[in-house]
Amino acid sequence: MALLELHCISKRFGRVSALAGVSFAVERGELLAVIGPNGAGKSTIFNAITGIYAPDAGSIEFDGARIDGRPTYQIAVAGIARTFQNVRLFTFMPAIDNVMAGEHARLRSNLFASLLHVPGERREEARARERARELLAFVGLERVRNVEAGSLDYGSQRRLEIARALASRPQLLLLDEPAAGMNPREKASLRDLLQAIRARGVTQMLVEHDMSLVMSASERIVVLDRGEKIAQGPPAQIRADRRVIEAYLGAGA
Amino acid sequence: MIYLYFAAGIGLTVALQMVQAPRKRLAIGALLAAILLLGPLVNGNDATLNVLADAGIYIVLALGLNVVVGYAGLLDLGYAAFFAIGAYAYALLASPQLGIHLPFWAILFIAAALASLFGIVLGAPTLRLHGDYLAIVTLGFGEIVPQVFQNLTKLTGGPNGIAALDFPTFFGRSFGQGSMPYYYVSLGAIALTLLLVRNLRDSRLGRAWMAIREDELAAKHVGINTTAVKLAAFALGASFSGLGGVIFAAKLSLVSPDLFQFQLSVLIVSMLVLGGMGNIAGVVVGALVLTFVNGVLLPQANTMAAAVHLNVDFGQYHFLIYGAILVGIMLFRPGGLLPNRQRSEELTNPQAGTS
Repeated sequence: MALLELHCISKRFGRVSALAGVSFAVERGELLAVIGPNGAGKSTIFNAITGIYAPDAGSIEFDGARIDGRPTYQIAVAGIARTFQNVRLFTFMPAIDNVMAGEHARLRSNLFASLLHVPGERREEARARERARELLAFVGLERVRNVEAGSLDYGSQRRLEIARALASRPQLLLLDEPAAGMNPREKASLRDLLQAIRARGVTQMLVEHDMSLVMSASERIVVLDRGEKIAQGPPAQIRADRRVIEAYLGAGA
Repeated sequence: MIYLYFAAGIGLTVALQMVQAPRKRLAIGALLAAILLLGPLVNGNDATLNVLADAGIYIVLALGLNVVVGYAGLLDLGYAAFFAIGAYAYALLASPQLGIHLPFWAILFIAAALASLFGIVLGAPTLRLHGDYLAIVTLGFGEIVPQVFQNLTKLTGGPNGIAALDFPTFFGRSFGQGSMPYYYVSLGAIALTLLLVRNLRDSRLGRAWMAIREDELAAKHVGINTTAVKLAAFALGASFSGLGGVIFAAKLSLVSPDLFQFQLSVLIVSMLVLGGMGNIAGVVVGALVLTFVNGVLLPQANTMAAAVHLNVDFGQYHFLIYGAILVGIMLFRPGGLLPNRQRSEELTNPQAGTS
């Protein structure tokens, strides 16, 4: 059974149909890219999966359970983490606190443990801090762990956002244009990072405009155009697909 | 003598903020504790201790409000309501009014719990509101509560309030009329509040509050139940206010609705703004400075004016003076006297804050 299954998802905003009956599945362990021209509905898919919008029609199943219509925080607890197209860090918190906040769903200390700083809570906090350091090291930011997130350079902010997302130990990681604004060197190391995340057994879904990254990093690609799925398959097949070429270059190309 | 207390309180708190080395901090803390604990035994002027006990209550209130406003970023302009709830809890449970005479120490906990319950009552309907809208609703709540106490005439004595509250006892010995026991109780309340507030700041819950303050949408995406976490901020913040209210009522041996007006909420918010929102040491300094202005400088100015046969009551102008202080702070030091690094950058660089 697939990890994530979208069945006939539709979403309208007023008279604009952002998604019109889109169905596809994300298999465990794969890296699936979602591409399409601007306004194709890529970000809407992510927002529907993480519960920012409830779809007007259709259902979303994650790990065998319906998640559509559930609040965002519960979907995060269930095991879906994401990054944002415009980086959304906790700007004035140190990098390590951002990652520790990402661990929120996996920590157990309740109000009274927090209030009284009981030994169990101290141990958990120490472990959380240690884990956050490991994750920062994993994305290459251990040296700047005490720097405020907002003071980091852009590429580092993107990486920090990935570390924060991984901190919730997700089964599925949604990456919304992670390469946007990166230079070629940063992109190359981002590709390595995505491979390393896969090696950890995290399934990934990638929305991205950078075709060289999409083609080299993903195993399968879903192509959207004006809210509809127009193609799906491995990179080589997508590259040769007539409808995809038309969607990107316009009919008659 | 009173100048010495305030100078020591403000100076050593600032020193604690500036100094990093743990051993030096310990020394400064020990010196501060020694002055505060032993000072009254050396020179126990009652009027001085009275002002200092007030200062202590204000510090507790300011630290509690800091949880709501400073950490969670929820602007609460009705904080005095919880103070009123605590004070009235003592007035009703330890006076001839209803013939109930529970011990002071028990009511401290009852009032804290009651106030946090009302914190949830206020918080629940306002969770969808942000910024200005939240401020307006909390302001309304702050107006309603004293009004309710005023109108429940049979229960609360209406505008006259309730007088002749029980003196608290400590192992069978009554506190009596003097201010000294209240001074020590308020010291204890500060110590407890400082401990709890610091624990909260460095906990999973504290991080969740700050995450919501910085970016609520991103906070939801890391699995933070923003509803529950905001309610916890309202409830915990309110409980400190309730605690302070009990000490205040017992010390005054009197409650009446006009003690809990909007001005009190504004005063506490002013303390946060002045001292440095989100920063514990800053909040303590803010509370001390404003209490000093209100409880020492203005009466002093009155005395001096009277000495030269000038008939001015500077107390009437205290809001003018706070206003001038706050305008000055906003212009020259927008993060407060001892800013929280995070908050001060948000204020000076709004672009970098939440979007």
